[in-house]
Amino acid sequence: MTDDKDVLRDVWFGRIPTCFTLYQDEITEREAEPYYLLLPRVSYLTLVTDKVKKHFQKVMRQEDISEIWFEYEGTPLKWHYPIGLLFDLLASSSALPWNITVHFKSFPEKDLLHCPSKDAIEAHFMSCMKEADALKHKSQVINEMQKKDHKQLWMGLQNDRFDQFWAINRKLMEYPAEENGFRYIPFRIYQTTTERPFIQKLFRPVAADGQLHTLGDLLKEVCPSAVDPEDGEKKNQVMIHGIEPMLETPLQWLSEHLSYPDNFLHISIIPQPTD
Amino acid sequence: MPNSVLWAVDLFGRVYTLSTAGQYWELCKDSQLEFKRVSATTQCCWGIACDNQVYVYVCASDVPIRRREEAYENQRWNPVGGFCEKLLLSDRWAWSDVSGLQHRPLDGVALPSPHWEWESDWYVDENFGGEPTEKGGWTYAIDFPATYTKDKKWNSCVRRRKWIRYRRYKSRDIWAKIPSKDDPKELPDPFNDLSVGGWEITEEPVGRLSVWAVSLQGKVWYREDVSHSNPEGSSWSLLDTPGEVVQISCGPHDLLWATLWEGQALVREGINRNNPKGSSWSIVESPGSENGVMHVSVGVSVVWAVTKDWKVWFRRGVNSHNPCGTSWIEMVGEMTMVNVGMNDQVWGIGCEDRAVYFRQGVTPSELSGKTWKAIVAARECDRSYSGSSSSLLSAGCFFGDEVRGSGESAPSDTDASSEVERPGPGQPLPAEPLDDFKNAAGNSASGPGAGRTAEDTVEDACPAEGSREARPNTHPGPAPTPAELPWTNIDLKEPKKVPSHSAAGFPETTSLSSLGLLPLGLEEPYGVDDHPLWAWVSGGGCVVEACAMPRWFTVQAGLSSSVHMLSLSITPAQTAAWRKQIFQQLTERTKRELENFRHYEQAVEQSVWVKTGALQWWCDWKPHKWVDVRVALEQFTGHDGARDSILFIYYVVHEEKKYIHIFLNEVVALVPVLNETKHSFALYTPERTRQRWPVRLAATTEQDMNDWLALLSLSCCESRKVQGRPSPQAILGFAPALSHPSRFWQQMGGHLRMVEANSRGVVWGIGYDHTAWVYTGGYGGGCFQGLASSTSNIYTQSDVKCVHIYENQRWNPVTGYTSRGLPTDRYMWSDASGLQECTKAGTKPPSLQWAWVSDWFVDFSVPGGTDQEGWQYASDFPASYHGSKTMKDFVRRRKCKLVTSGPWLEVPPIALRDVSIIPESPGAEGSGHSIALWAISDKGDVLCRLGVSELNPAGSSWLHVGTDQPFASISIGACYQVWAVARDGSAFYRGSVYPSQPAGDCWYHIPSPPRQRLKQVSVGQTSVYALDENGNLWYRQGITPSYPQGSSWEHVSNNVCRVSVGPLDQVWVIANKVQGSHSLSRGTVCHRTGVQPHEPKGHGWDYGIGVSGAHGLGLCCHLVPALGAEDGDGHCGTVPWDPVSGLQGGPQAEPLQDPQVPRVPW
Repeated sequence: MTDDKDVLRDVWFGRIPTCFTLYQDEITEREAEPYYLLLPRVSYLTLVTDKVKKHFQKVMRQEDISEIWFEYEGTPLKWHYPIGLLFDLLASSSALPWNITVHFKSFPEKDLLHCPSKDAIEAHFMSCMKEADALKHKSQVINEMQKKDHKQLWMGLQNDRFDQFWAINRKLMEYPAEENGFRYIPFRIYQTTTERPFIQKLFRPVAADGQLHTLGDLLKEVCPSAVDPEDGEKKNQVMIHGIEPMLETPLQWLSEHLSYPDNFLHISIIPQPTD
Repeated sequence: MPNSVLWAVDLFGRVYTLSTAGQYWELCKDSQLEFKRVSATTQCCWGIACDNQVYVYVCASDVPIRRREEAYENQRWNPVGGFCEKLLLSDRWAWSDVSGLQHRPLDGVALPSPHWEWESDWYVDENFGGEPTEKGGWTYAIDFPATYTKDKKWNSCVRRRKWIRYRRYKSRDIWAKIPSKDDPKELPDPFNDLSVGGWEITEEPVGRLSVWAVSLQGKVWYREDVSHSNPEGSSWSLLDTPGEVVQISCGPHDLLWATLWEGQALVREGINRNNPKGSSWSIVESPGSENGVMHVSVGVSVVWAVTKDWKVWFRRGVNSHNPCGTSWIEMVGEMTMVNVGMNDQVWGIGCEDRAVYFRQGVTPSELSGKTWKAIVAARECDRSYSGSSSSLLSAGCFFGDEVRGSGESAPSDTDASSEVERPGPGQPLPAEPLDDFKNAAGNSASGPGAGRTAEDTVEDACPAEGSREARPNTHPGPAPTPAELPWTNIDLKEPKKVPSHSAAGFPETTSLSSLGLLPLGLEEPYGVDDHPLWAWVSGGGCVVEACAMPRWFTVQAGLSSSVHMLSLSITPAQTAAWRKQIFQQLTERTKRELENFRHYEQAVEQSVWVKTGALQWWCDWKPHKWVDVRVALEQFTGHDGARDSILFIYYVVHEEKKYIHIFLNEVVALVPVLNETKHSFALYTPERTRQRWPVRLAATTEQDMNDWLALLSLSCCESRKVQGRPSPQAILGFAPALSHPSRFWQQMGGHLRMVEANSRGVVWGIGYDHTAWVYTGGYGGGCFQGLASSTSNIYTQSDVKCVHIYENQRWNPVTGYTSRGLPTDRYMWSDASGLQECTKAGTKPPSLQWAWVSDWFVDFSVPGGTDQEGWQYASDFPASYHGSKTMKDFVRRRKCKLVTSGPWLEVPPIALRDVSIIPESPGAEGSGHSIALWAISDKGDVLCRLGVSELNPAGSSWLHVGTDQPFASISIGACYQVWAVARDGSAFYRGSVYPSQPAGDCWYHIPSPPRQRLKQVSVGQTSVYALDENGNLWYRQGITPSYPQGSSWEHVSNNVCRVSVGPLDQVWVIANKVQGSHSLSRGTVCHRTGVQPHEPKGHGWDYGIGVSGAHGLGLCCHLVPALGAEDGDGHCGTVPWDPVSGLQGGPQAEPLQDPQVPRVPW
């Protein structure tokens, strides 16, 4: 029998094969070779692309280099979204590897946040974690942790150490036995078709009548446009970590097993590919 | 945790039970009668029916209630006819009881009531004190009365033999009327109230209960001789009371309160082990002058009361020494009655809505609890309806907007503003952005009386329409409320139709069968009444614990299969489509995104990861002591992708920095050594096992230790590529790592006293509290939670054990017995050996995992017997103690309890003392028959489990195998040889056990070795070994297929405390004392060498990994008793492992005094 525990591993060790190409207008001293890398789905672009940066900087002059940023088919890639989310949202229907264009000039100030150092990623990651725990446990769990535990969570992500991360993270996934789940489920729903970056609302894992809420319940409640009519044609894909869980899946289970390391369920709603 | 049930009576007198494992009230199996009162215990429920007669409902069990009747046949030798029935005039009756004084002809022994039946006809008992007699069972003596022997001598003038016959209580799972054969003058009036309790006062006889009743005239009656084996009791006796009693409540221990007609409470004093009826009454005034006490209920150390204005009161300061308590405290809520159940948990019936409430948050430190929480479980009969309404549910019609809007169920309405744009990481985030919604979200169940706003929307909702069609139309129209029921003496203040606050809205429906039982003239309300109205509740048989609250407080609808993910071994959720789909899609995703790209570089290189910390180490040199060390665990990934780890221990000796290192792939066992002073654990490598000197490390906190243990264990598993459940060939318990250095003992979560396994992967265990557990195939749990455990198949497990301390006194001529001893004497409060001081206040639970669940109490069940106060006497310390007076020694014990988790699922309901599984070799698979499993219950009944298979290791039911005396040990061999040891020390062989006849046909009595009483037996393929009470190991000679009983016992070894024979006749023992290189070790596992088909006895012992140096393997049982190991060579032995005998030092074992090994103070 396959174990729920294996889901955590599969989620953690998800990789996206990626081909980084330097933007054509960047000035180089010699031809820049594309760079191929397996990106961890659960990590952040600027956290895992030191090698990419080094690779391209080798062929460029120092004065032409400013802050690195990435773009896919014209869309600047927000580094503060997990990699897997960016891929699911923007590129899941295209062929692998994922072709990302690397820029060193003309930083799109209105689209992207600056990422001066790894500390910025850490600050962002930890603030997500804290927000998630505020929703799940009124911040009780994360506040009871020691500084070193916080550090271990971050180091676990940074060094891709599943055990190191989950040794601490499991505490964030616990809930009182008399409850049937968290207080609220930390989730964000992303759509490419709307202006709004994402939807986030308060939503409980268990209905007042004791029934577990499902993924379908959540969507019906907060994003009804994403739900396809039962008899109608399938128009949207609801994707987490590159898979489409059934709408009957209990939300609490999803939150425990398919959350990103920041403890949020990042759900992508993407139009059903036509082919 | 064992399932238990809550009993309740609804307004119509129907009795329902609600299981802690279930979510529905189930109608009592025997629903012929209507009841007004019930009082439950775990084993039975007493009740007063509407005919004012008393009934008892004894729960069914696979083990029958049977009692033995005996009669003696006496004969005298006479020169003419030999032995004959013709006796001398001065002699006893030809048929008599054991004393010979009472005439007792076989056909004159009658059944005590219609609820009993004979199990068989009379037969002669051929077992005489553990030894078989000649055919006929005669025992001889010179004259009556005298000492009888089984041998006939020249001067044997008289003889007698014992006839026995069993009767069986047959009225189980039905309400059995208590016969009122007593003198009608004694029972003038019908009963009005009744209460059962007292099961904790004494354990003699088994299952003894105090049953109290109040008659309509206000008199108090006590039922004599109620016990497990005599569920009906014998007769009512009347007690004097100072006033007219209306209601009574008896606690599990020595509390008994009653209410008087005038409104005061009456408290019984002087109840104790020797006088369960108590000696005198005292009166407690009611909390207020205008409203007297209407109802009281007592627990072990609490009293709750309801006054006539339905206010609930808690009595402060109640305990055994002060049964009256000190003062009343008013509690929130209005109740018609309250009932205190097990563990002082409180149940009540709300005055407004007639719902059953549970008092949440009652703990030993906070006996008054926190809030009332309503039980909203529907009735079983309603469920069929809710099932059929599921289509409505899924269509969304049932939970329409109007329902949602009425409750607190739609936080999204109020919380729309929380839809936020993410700020950039530079901006600080509010620590708790959602605090405002906390209150808006509302809290569910508030107090019962606290303003329940009744939205009628639920009642108006559509299902009422649908239900009308679905129901038989015998009861048309909405019914009036059942305001006046003739038989209930509770003021029915118009039970209002309050919609259940959970908005379930399932209209009450009743199955046809119960419709027919409704009393005439009562119209059943339906369609409007969405939850049952209750009249009475009894929690005396219901165990609820904070760690595992039953799912009674939320409504379960037909669709929510996933709610119960943890409650069944294979849940619907695990097989649910959504789960399968996620597994499948993840696999596909990995394939899609990774398969063709494996040559790509990883973005994050796997680096060495180091965990460092400060621990203490039990140093290798003398004098041995704990030294502070720094510890570092380095994990690295080898070229082949395999992980390996090294543990470095840095220490300073003579100001010189040094270190030792241990490769984790060499570690064979990793065990926590739990004691209260150090949180330590031991690491065994083959070399260190040989030396019996493991690496012992201690952490400052338990958490720290668990972290290290979990991490090290994980690293060990990783470096040995051990994952998941152990193979069926793994040895459970433990075995010599000495001869197999390649093994690693993988730890399992859970807590057991003994483990038994067979080669087909069926594993059973028994806890200290005799609860049976079956292995579920998961792994992890316990301290491995979350880190490396499977999330399914891990269940909460709890265990209870008793800790004993001894109070010692010496007699001196002036003052008699006092606590002043001689200077050379033992401590006045000590352990069993007397060497260690154990005071009542200072004695802690065995480890931090345990917590006390009871106060100290006197243990009367000590070998040798005690006097009425529990004292034992001896001529001097230490000596053999006995129950009559010379010198004092007094035992107290206290229960402590442990809750952990592990891959074990309880096998209710019968508690076991021993279990044995047929040790099939792997080749024997697919035979189609179920796996033979035999067990001994805690009461000594022999049981055979039916339906055990690899797929269903728990089996289906017990088959009781009758015996003439309680049994102690059982073992089944590879060829279905079942051997057992009875409590009298003799052995029995069960004849004709075959796969097709799993219970066999009869017992063959095998005499024990001369002057020895056997205590354990173990059977292999052909060998049979037995162990006696003095630690001698015996081999059964002369066993052949045609004569499986063998001929005689042959002595093999002494100094053994446990034996286990494998399916290939391998012999494993736990030896008492073995000399190691550093210390004398106790409880060492040894393997018999030289066991050959022609030499089944073997010739020597191979000493294995001990419970040695660390004295710890035994201790680790608190956390991880079952050690599984990957075993490459296919050997399969099962070592049932009894750490108690190795460690705890029963009466026969003196605790080890070795300066090198720190003693564990328990």
